[in-house]
Amino acid sequence: MIADHVGRTLPPSPPYLVGREKVREFALAVGVGASVCTDLDAARAAGHPDLVAPPTFAATFTLPLMEAFLRDPAVGWDYGRMVHGEQSFTAHRPLRAGDEVVTTLHVDDLRTRAGSLFLTLRCEVADAAGDPVLTAVSLMVTTAGEVA
Amino acid sequence: MTEPAFVEAPSGTAAATEVRTSVDLSAVAAGDTLPPLRVHVTRADLVRYAGASGDLNPIHWSERFAVGVGLPNVIAHGMLTMALAGRLVTAWVRDPAAVIGYATRFTRPVVVPDDDEGVAVELTGVVKDVVAEGDGRVATVALSAAVDGKTVLGRTVARVRLPA
Repeated sequence: MIADHVGRTLPPSPPYLVGREKVREFALAVGVGASVCTDLDAARAAGHPDLVAPPTFAATFTLPLMEAFLRDPAVGWDYGRMVHGEQSFTAHRPLRAGDEVVTTLHVDDLRTRAGSLFLTLRCEVADAAGDPVLTAVSLMVTTAGEVA
Repeated sequence: MTEPAFVEAPSGTAAATEVRTSVDLSAVAAGDTLPPLRVHVTRADLVRYAGASGDLNPIHWSERFAVGVGLPNVIAHGMLTMALAGRLVTAWVRDPAAVIGYATRFTRPVVVPDDDEGVAVELTGVVKDVVAEGDGRVATVALSAAVDGKTVLGRTVARVRLPA
C-alpha cells in the first residue's frame, strides 16, 4: 500500500530531451508569447543557447512520471478519484530546449485527513552533467480506503 | 471597490503575440499591482493544452466522462490555470527565465462551457515584498485567479528575479 512507499526514492527516469518545437508549442498553448520562448534569435540575443521553457513546462515530463508510479497497482493509490491539490516549481537555473534532463521522483510525505489521502511527491530534475535544474513538488489527493 | 482594468486575452494562441508591460522594474516595491488580465478559456484551448502537455485526462475534454465522475462539466487542467496566472508575471518582468519559484493550490475547478466564449478567468497580482539576494533583488508576487468572483487558485506565489 501507499504508506509503504513513503520515504522512497524511485530510480532516475530515462533522459528527457527538451525539444525546441515542444517548448514553442507549450508556450503558445498557455499564451506565453515571450519571444525567448518562441523565437530562437531572441533567445540567443538574451544569452540563452536555445528557447526558454515557460515556468510550468516541467509539468509535461514530471506529471507522467508521477502518473506511472501512482497507477502501479502495487502502490495502492486510487488514481481514478485523484485530484491535484498543490504544485510548486523551484528553478535552479533556466530550463531550455536542448537540455537533456533526468528526473528522480521522491515520495516525501503521506497524510490522512477527513477520509482523504494527501501525498507529497517531489521531482528533482538534473541536467546531463548531473547539475540541478529544477525541483517540482506536487500534492496529490485521493480517497482513503476501498482501493482496487 | 472599483474593478481593475483587465486586459482581455485568449488562453492559447496559434502565433506568438507577446504582451510586455512597460513597468520600470528598478523601482518595483511592495504594494505594486501587476497589470490585470482576463483570459478567455474555451474547449479548444483545453484540447490545445492537452496536446501540448500530454495530459489527456478525459475530464478535460469529455463532457460524458466529466459528468460521470460527478463534475458539473468539463473542467480546465489545473496546470493550465496555473500557467495562465503565470503569464501575469512573465509579461510584467518581460523574462520567463526570471521566474525562479512558482507555487499554487488548486482550490476550485474551472468549468469550461461548450461555447465560443468559454469561461473568463480574471488574474490579478500584487508585489508582497522585494529583498536583496545575491547581486540583485527578488520580488515575491501574490497572484489571484477568479471565475465569477470566486477564487480558483489559492496561495499562488511567484518569486521573480529583478534586473540589477
